[in-house]
Amino acid sequence: MEQKNQPLLEIRDLSVSFRMYDHGLEQTDLKVISHLHLTVFPGEIVAIAGSSGSGKSLLASAILGILPRNATLRGHMRYRGEALTPQRQKQLRGTELALVPQSVAYFDPLMKVGAQADGHRRPKPTERRRQLFSRFGLPDKTEQLYPYQLSGGMARRILVSTALLPGAQLILADEPTPGMSLDQALEALRMFREMADAGKAVILITHDIDLAFEFADRVAVFYAGTTVEIAPASDFKAGPDALRHPYSKALWHALPQNGFQPIEGFQPYAGNLPQGCLFAPRCPCKTAECESKIPPIRKIRGGEVRCYHGT
Amino acid sequence: MKGTFGRLVRIFLSYGVRILSLLLAVSIIAFVLVSASPIDPVQQYLIRLGTTVSPEQRTEIEAYWGVHQPPVQRYLHWLSELLKGNLGESSLYRRPVSDLIRERFLNSLTLMLCAWALSGVIGFFGGCVMGMCRDRLPDRILKRICYILSSVPTFWLGLIFLLVFSVRLKWFPIGFSSPVGVLSESVTLWQKTHHLILPALTLSLMSFSNIALHTRQKLIDVLNSEYVLFARARGENDWTILRRHGLRNILFPALTLQFASFAELFGGSVMAENVFSYPGLGSAVSAAGLNGDLPLLLGITLFSTLFVCVGNLIANLLYGVIDPRVREVGES
Repeated sequence: MEQKNQPLLEIRDLSVSFRMYDHGLEQTDLKVISHLHLTVFPGEIVAIAGSSGSGKSLLASAILGILPRNATLRGHMRYRGEALTPQRQKQLRGTELALVPQSVAYFDPLMKVGAQADGHRRPKPTERRRQLFSRFGLPDKTEQLYPYQLSGGMARRILVSTALLPGAQLILADEPTPGMSLDQALEALRMFREMADAGKAVILITHDIDLAFEFADRVAVFYAGTTVEIAPASDFKAGPDALRHPYSKALWHALPQNGFQPIEGFQPYAGNLPQGCLFAPRCPCKTAECESKIPPIRKIRGGEVRCYHGT
Repeated sequence: MKGTFGRLVRIFLSYGVRILSLLLAVSIIAFVLVSASPIDPVQQYLIRLGTTVSPEQRTEIEAYWGVHQPPVQRYLHWLSELLKGNLGESSLYRRPVSDLIRERFLNSLTLMLCAWALSGVIGFFGGCVMGMCRDRLPDRILKRICYILSSVPTFWLGLIFLLVFSVRLKWFPIGFSSPVGVLSESVTLWQKTHHLILPALTLSLMSFSNIALHTRQKLIDVLNSEYVLFARARGENDWTILRRHGLRNILFPALTLQFASFAELFGGSVMAENVFSYPGLGSAVSAAGLNGDLPLLLGITLFSTLFVCVGNLIANLLYGVIDPRVREVGES
C-alpha cells in the first residue's frame, strides 16, 4: 500500500441528513450518514462493507455531489488535497470521478448503448470507446443495441467502460456484483483490480464481503451510516482476533463459513440513533462512556477504529 | 424493408377488421336507440316541409319510407344503402348526409387540428416546465392553473371568453366561421383565422391540462429514475438530461395520449362549436339531435366512431415506431 502518497480522497466527519415532514408541518432532520471518515489512496481498492441501510450508496452520491435536493451535507471532503466543493464536484464528475452502477437499469432504455457510452461531452470519444469495447470483447454491433438487448455481462462491461473512457481517477463502484454468478463477479472484480493497479483508486461498495476481502486492499465497515472500522483486508481474512471493532468481529462471525452466527438486535433506524456510539445498544463490551459520547477515531495496528475499547 | 411492409399490412388488416366490427356494433346500437326513441321521422320531415299534407299523402310517404316494416328489415335496408355510400338525406338541411358531413367535417377539422396542436405543444411544454421545476414556484402556479382548467366545463370557458374578448374587448368576432354578409368565395384566410382563434383556444384549453399534468408526472418519473442518476453522476446537467433522456422518454407517452384524446376532442368540439355558433360537425350533431334529424344523427355517429378509431390506430402504431422494445416484439 502506498500510504506515503498523498491521499486521493479524504473524508472527515461527513454527515448527510434528509429534511422530512413528519406530522403535518413538523420538520425533522433524518441523519443517514454521521461522522464518517474515509481516506482513499491512489492504486488501492477500498471496499465498503455493511448491511442494507447503512448509507453505503448515499456515500457515493455525496462524493459525486448528486444527493437529492432535500439532503444536507456537512463535514469535509478533499480531493487531491483540495476541498471538494459543489463547483468542483460538478467539474469532476464524469471526468475524474466516475460511478460504475449496478445494473442495466442505469441505462436509458430508449437510447442505443454506443451513444450512451459516448456520453454527452463533445467531441464524442467514439473511436476510443470502440477500442475499449473491442478490448472488453464486445462485438462491433453492440453499440447499435438497446439496453434491454444486452446480457448482464455485456451491460457490466459497458458500464465499466463508461468509467474508463474519460480516464477517471476515482471509481465508485456501487454494488457491482449482486445477481452475478461467481465467474461473472470475479471477472468484474478483476476489472476493478486492473484499474487500481493502473494507479486509479476504487471504492467498492458491496454486499459480497468475501469477494471484497479477496480483491480489496482495505475494508471499511459501515454501521448505521458511519465507518466503525477501516482495516487492511488481510485482517479480515486472518480472523476476528485481528479485527478491532466489536461490530467487525460480529460481522466476521455472521459469515456462513465462520459459523453463521447473528448477534442480537438490529441496526438503529436513521431517525432514532443512540446518543453515544451507534453500536452501543448491541455491543457486548459497552460501558457508560459508550452510551453517552460518540467515540473518536483511533489508529490501532495500521487500521482505524471508532471505539473506546478497540484493541 | 419487406418484413416491415408485411407487418404494416398485417397491422392494418387486423385493425381494419376490428374497426369494421366496431362500426357495425355502433350502427346497430345507434339504430336500436333511434328506433326506440319517440321521434317520428315522418312527422319531423313534414314539419320541415312547410306545407300541409293530407292524411292520404302521409300514409303514402310512410309506406314509401317503410316506417311500418319490422326494425330488422329497416336496419338491413339502411345498411345496404350505407354500403352503397348513401347515408340518406338530412330532414333538417334537405341535403344528402354524406355531403353535409364532408362540408361540416372540413370546418371542424381545422378547428380540431388547431386546438389539438395547440394543446399538444403548450401542454407538453408546460408539463416539461412543471417537471423540471418540480415543487418550486413555476410548478405550483402551473399546477393550479391545470387543476382549475380541468375542472371548468368547456362551454362555460367559451362563454367567458366570448364575454371578455368579443363583447368587452371586441378583439374577436362573436361567432360563426366567417363574417356575416360576405360571400363565402370572398372570405379571406385572415378572416377565417380570426374566427377560428377563440373556439380553438377554448377547445385546446380543455385537453391542455390533461397533457400537461401527464407530461409532468412522466418527466418526474424519468428524473427519479436510475438512469438519470447515472447521467448526473457522469456530469450531465439538468438541461442535458432533459434533452438527452427526458424528451426521449416522455415524448412517446405524450404523443400516444394526444392521439388517444380524439374522443374528448370530438366531444369538446360539440360544446365549443355550439357556444361559438361554429358551423362544424359538433354543432350539426346537436342540431340533428334537437330536431330529430335521424339520418344525420346516425351518419355523424358512425363518422365520429371512425374518427376516434383512427386516432387510436395512430396512437397504437406510434408505439411501434418510437419504442424499440415494442418494435421488436412486433417483429418476432
